[in-house]
Amino acid sequence: MSQPSKAAANSFGKRNGRAAALDRIFTGLVWGIGALVILFICGLLFLLLKNGLPKLTWDFLYGLPSEIEEGGGIGPALFNSFYLLFISLVISIPLGMAAGIYLAEFAPDNRLIGLIRICVEGLSSVPSIIFGLFGIALFVEMFQIGLTILGGAVSLAFLNLPVLTRVTEESIRSVPVELKNASFALGSTHLQTIRRVLIPVALSGIVTGICLTAGRAFGESAVIILTAGVTTSGEMWDFNLFSPGETLAVHLWYVQSEAIVPDAQEIAQKATSVLIFVVLLINLVFRVPLWFNSRKTKG
Amino acid sequence: MLDLNASAQAAAPAELGQSIRGGSGPAFDRKARLRWSNSIFRVACIASAVFVCLVLLCILFLMFRTGVLTFQNVSFREFFFSADWDPENDRYGALIFIFGTVALTLLTLVISVPFSVVIAVFLAEVTPSWLRNILRPVLDLLVGIPSVVYGFLGLTVLIPLLRDLTGNELADGLLAAAIVLTIMVLPTISRISDDAISAVPKKYRDASYALGSNRFQTIVRVVLPAARSGILYAVILGMARAIGETMAVVMVIGNTAQMPSSLFTPTAVLTSNIVMQISSVEFDSTWNYALYLMGFLLLVISLLMIVAVRFLQKRGARES
Amino acid sequence: MQALIQIEKLNLFYGAFHALKNVSLEIPQRAITAFIGPSGCGKSTLLRTLNRMNDMIQGTRIEGKIEIGGTDIYSGDVHVETLRKKVGMVFQQPNPFPKSIYDNVAYGPRLHGIRGKKQLDEIVENSLKAAALWDEVKDHLKRSALSLSGGQQQRLCIARALAVEPDILLMDEATSALDPISTLKIEELAQELKDKYTIVMVTHNMHQAARVSHQTVFFLNGEVVEYSDTEKLFSDPSDQRTEDYISGRFG
Repeated sequence: MSQPSKAAANSFGKRNGRAAALDRIFTGLVWGIGALVILFICGLLFLLLKNGLPKLTWDFLYGLPSEIEEGGGIGPALFNSFYLLFISLVISIPLGMAAGIYLAEFAPDNRLIGLIRICVEGLSSVPSIIFGLFGIALFVEMFQIGLTILGGAVSLAFLNLPVLTRVTEESIRSVPVELKNASFALGSTHLQTIRRVLIPVALSGIVTGICLTAGRAFGESAVIILTAGVTTSGEMWDFNLFSPGETLAVHLWYVQSEAIVPDAQEIAQKATSVLIFVVLLINLVFRVPLWFNSRKTKG
Repeated sequence: MLDLNASAQAAAPAELGQSIRGGSGPAFDRKARLRWSNSIFRVACIASAVFVCLVLLCILFLMFRTGVLTFQNVSFREFFFSADWDPENDRYGALIFIFGTVALTLLTLVISVPFSVVIAVFLAEVTPSWLRNILRPVLDLLVGIPSVVYGFLGLTVLIPLLRDLTGNELADGLLAAAIVLTIMVLPTISRISDDAISAVPKKYRDASYALGSNRFQTIVRVVLPAARSGILYAVILGMARAIGETMAVVMVIGNTAQMPSSLFTPTAVLTSNIVMQISSVEFDSTWNYALYLMGFLLLVISLLMIVAVRFLQKRGARES
Repeated sequence: MQALIQIEKLNLFYGAFHALKNVSLEIPQRAITAFIGPSGCGKSTLLRTLNRMNDMIQGTRIEGKIEIGGTDIYSGDVHVETLRKKVGMVFQQPNPFPKSIYDNVAYGPRLHGIRGKKQLDEIVENSLKAAALWDEVKDHLKRSALSLSGGQQQRLCIARALAVEPDILLMDEATSALDPISTLKIEELAQELKDKYTIVMVTHNMHQAARVSHQTVFFLNGEVVEYSDTEKLFSDPSDQRTEDYISGRFG
């Protein structure tokens, strides 16, 4: 490179002082606020985990709750959380995926389908408490079964349904059309193409969506309070669908605001840490293998 | 060498023509079976999609039918414009809750939108990529933290802090709820805005830099305006989440049916009032009907937001 | 040579757009027929009607007749899946599934009910050999198909198409996304395959058509301008427009 003349160097060196200062202030500000806020939120969550996790014992995780004395556990609530989650997913995954596949693959592009799509979007924006009210009207009033695990699980499934539908639709739509063409050109039926090409290729997106839904359902409380109640049957491993079904998230709220046990604060701290831990675990356990997997198929 | 060649060589044109007919050949049973399972699957998919729609329609219908019964005993005017909520004495003015929901949502947006946009710019434009690759999954995980945990956080950390700062006896109220909601919706709004900003084509940026503007000017004058509709979409989604949020709000708002005189007065919003009172009332009572009517109101608001989002997406698609 | 495919007065519409106009054509068995013409002239559209891939595009309407071995492929009793099994297709962009090399080739046979491990192994080996890819991949059949180079991927797609025992092979600009060396390999491969298969190829490269095909069809604006033996079409075209096109005056 040849040496630039002195005059030219000067004219490049001249900078608009105010704009440059603004730029520097702006960059500093963005760094500061961005890093601080994220650190702040993570710090708070870390604090919650730190307050709860070290105090956890098997007795607490497994033990029966106590209404009056100290030392109650969260066993039935924790069990109910998983049980409710499981039932709601069993109901909502097949329905949600089938609806998503319909929208992505079979639906002709007409007005009726536009309506279905608006319904799915609308349903996904309905506040969770509305699903609770719906659950009360359906199970408590119409079927007269009271506050039960079954009612809670079905209401929760309704809450999951639109999310699963959209995630499935989007994942399947994002599969390159070339792969679909290749499969059809080999003489496969639509079902075979969906089962052997579209779903396997879209799987990572679908699983991610299911994890998000599961995490959300695990921590959901408003729906459960209204439809499954704030008490448990008081027994461990109670598979009865008609038992009251308080979950861990509800228990956290209940202990903190309604219960009269002297160690409510400590129970709440421990329950919080369990809740965060499980939600993070659901996300990590299912999504990490997918990250590796996607790297492998790309390589 | 190949058995597939054998069949290819053997196939005279007429044979080939015959073989592609539906009812021919030994594979007929298999073809019929495949066709059957294909159409059964299709019908199952259609049924599921219709079911999803039915759920929404049922919810709408049930909420409306139950809610509208309120007006047997309560005038339209009283419900919407009276701030006197005293169901034991047959007074059903829901203005406090409607006001509370609107005020809380606005306050949340005022706090969260600036922070979210800054974080989005931080993620999309300023951070080195290794940090970005860590922060994005972290924010995604934050979106999944249960709302009741955020409520607990507000109750045990934020409210004592606010109490100390202001010297008030009570710190439950709109501000505490708005801060908790901000922490909740911040990851959502900033991640979606982040995606919108990252999606702005590089050519716009190149053009701006080539004209001699610096990073600040490029971001403020070119990138953010180009990502406008995506950011607005994120804000509306965050808003919908704030309006519908129940448990986090219940734990910090104080749950008292009074018009707030300051940001630190305990009050109530639609969602918190429903969840606190629904389990203690008879199903066939005006009180219960009024709670369902509030639910219906929430439902209508959130559906209107979806319409707004659709509109924005259409406009966004036209612009790009 | 015997005509295997007969097209009579075929008209195709995409909504209001008239994409193919009154096309009549005969395609001989066990030979290579090339479709040439400028972009958007309908040559790929016609190719995709031969295995009814156009069915999947909404708003497509077809008039006229396409007979393969005397059977109208658009008549009601034709089983579309079997038709596509008999009429294989290779696309412009190599499109292997994100599965292993083995699973890519075995995909088709599995679809059509072949389950035996030994039988599948044999089909995979024979198909890869027929596509001249066997020697390059035989030691890592379990590796992801996406790890292959573009030319290898395209030959894998040919092997995948051969594995379902088609009689006709459609190649839709199969070399346009490849480098010259890979292109040459695929052309050589086509020459070998023509003894056993009827090949119809769409190409935007006239030299390729001249090099490999027996019969060439020239398309313009959805019409067949001229079709004849390749040698005749390139040396002595009977239509002025054909002459303009092959001498490079447009397109």
